[in-house]
Amino acid sequence: MKTTFNQFYGSATYIASQELQNSVNVAIALGKPLLIKGEPGTGKTMLAQSIADALGKRLIVWNIKSTTKAQEGLYVYDTVQRLYDSQFGDNDVSDISRYIKLGKLGEAFVSEDQVVLLIDEIDKADLEFPNDLLWELDQMSFYIPETKQTIQAKHRPIVVITSNAEKELPDAFLRRCIFHYIEFPDAERMKEIIRVHFPSLERKLLEQCLETFYWIRSLDNLQKKPSTSELLDWLQALVLGGIHPQRIGEEIPFLGVLLKKNQDVDALFWNLKNSRSGRKPSFYSR
Amino acid sequence: MFTEFFYELRSQGVPVSVNEWYTLLEALERGLAGSSLTGFYYLCRSVLVKSEVYYDKFDLAFARFFEGVETPEDLPEKIWEWLARELPDDHTIRMMGELKQYELDMLKKMLAERLARQNEEHHGGNYWVGTGGTSPFGHSGYHPGGIRLGGESRNHSAVKVAAQRRFAAFRDDATLDTRQFQMALRKLRQFTTRLEGPRTELDVEATIEATGNNAGRLKLIWNRPRQNAIKVLLLMDSGGSMLAYTRLCNQLFTAVNRSSHFKDLKIYYFHNCIYDWLYPDPACRQSESLKTLHVLNNLDSDYRVILVGDASMAPSELLRPGGIIDWGLNNEEPGLAWLQRIKQHFEHCVWLNPIPANYWQWMEGAYTIKLIGEVFPMYELTLNGLEKAVKKLKGRNS
Repeated sequence: MKTTFNQFYGSATYIASQELQNSVNVAIALGKPLLIKGEPGTGKTMLAQSIADALGKRLIVWNIKSTTKAQEGLYVYDTVQRLYDSQFGDNDVSDISRYIKLGKLGEAFVSEDQVVLLIDEIDKADLEFPNDLLWELDQMSFYIPETKQTIQAKHRPIVVITSNAEKELPDAFLRRCIFHYIEFPDAERMKEIIRVHFPSLERKLLEQCLETFYWIRSLDNLQKKPSTSELLDWLQALVLGGIHPQRIGEEIPFLGVLLKKNQDVDALFWNLKNSRSGRKPSFYSR
Repeated sequence: MFTEFFYELRSQGVPVSVNEWYTLLEALERGLAGSSLTGFYYLCRSVLVKSEVYYDKFDLAFARFFEGVETPEDLPEKIWEWLARELPDDHTIRMMGELKQYELDMLKKMLAERLARQNEEHHGGNYWVGTGGTSPFGHSGYHPGGIRLGGESRNHSAVKVAAQRRFAAFRDDATLDTRQFQMALRKLRQFTTRLEGPRTELDVEATIEATGNNAGRLKLIWNRPRQNAIKVLLLMDSGGSMLAYTRLCNQLFTAVNRSSHFKDLKIYYFHNCIYDWLYPDPACRQSESLKTLHVLNNLDSDYRVILVGDASMAPSELLRPGGIIDWGLNNEEPGLAWLQRIKQHFEHCVWLNPIPANYWQWMEGAYTIKLIGEVFPMYELTLNGLEKAVKKLKGRNS
């Protein structure tokens, strides 16, 4: 089998580190699912979209919820509809396949072209969920007993799985994946990322924002550190608000965009008072 | 060929399986590592390591195994001197183009050769050993997969990435196995009778029967799904002596919190022992306190109570009115009376103690451990202890 390596280099709206590109390409070449972990807001979900864009493939998203069952990803046999039709409908109920509805995984298997399948937040589901998918992801096929039909993938989909580490995943499942942990970007990479989203941002503003942002992240008494997506929202707010760069470090305007918890806001001001004495926030008093 | 690396990883505590090793070999066969050590490093990591917790251990093993690359032993003293000099302008770095990738052995051989021929300092440039530039030897230069000789890595291109140990913070020696705790808690369930709740589940058997009775005209019968009826009250000690067990308690807390199968879950905190007040968060601020009596009155007796604490305190804290450890607070009844009140109110209670059971006899708090152990069945906070506790909680008469 001829594999073309180095297919993925990131895309116009997504900056992927060298390591991440490597992992993606290894996963594609070996035909194994790519498991992505990382802090919230490091672009785990965006990655699948970016792979799809870069390789010109269709993206199928399977969002996992706490009630999702593995079976739903394969197919659902709509018995009630069939019973109903047998009574009142004029559909042909002897044809069971009419009542077999393929799930997202099934959809990815039967697609005429290779697709990118994103299984988003797999850790949300039941503990046993990943184990129930082992065979299907390994063999890329499943059997529908109702119609005695085997669905075999025409083209092995590129499977990207994201996890927020809410639950530990079973070992057997992990063994079959290629794993990558997305690190929180450092200031240099963050600049690249911001440039993609705000190409015309003033340099001074950017520098000032990043300095403040990484300072906030470095505080160790925060419960939830602000992430990339919050930084981008914050920049958006600052640009729209026409805030002067000078004021950012001093008063941290629109703080609510960065910190979502009351305790964190308190902790921030406690730090402000202690570490930057003399530069007290002007709007905060209690 | 790299089999020893496999054992090096395992001896460092990275759980690598043979399956994954085969995957790596397959990948190498297909040339997915490129021909650079950096590519090899990332390939190995993504195939063999499945949690950021092990990144650091992997880095260590990698750095140790390929250490020959990092610091060639017989490097002439003079080379170090050259390398210690100031860096030239790094404009050359920006001019990097297609650079040749070398195999490791080749690199070593070439380095030896080049050292033999080189007789002066060299900074910048693309051939001689020195700083900056794009020669595969030296430091601060750019050459993917080159050999870095001391100094700082500027471009993160060589094996040095492994030696930086950026993932040390994720390291966690006793594995974070919340999963095992969760699996244990999972057994804590007791299904409802089919008497309450909305009818949302299709009862196929009954439907067929009813349809048959209805002369073939469809009649759907719906049932109430069976749900877990277990409600849990978690009371955790957040006192100073518990600090040593924070991680363990966090694990339990996470496991309980993520167990979505309980009908209800209430969590309160206390400081050393339970008196008149309970607290909604571990800081135990008096301003946020709730009356313990209020909590008891509002919770049915069928809540399963899990108390977590080291049960080690001064005997007066447990036995004397006014023995409460917090300043400015006073308790009219001794802590033990409160504990007994909880025991009377709830049918099923257990106490989980993070101190291993074989220390209970002779710990500093042995006396209070014994007294509390007489009120509540006490188990150690381990997987095994938790399983026993869950069994106890499910029992009809505890």
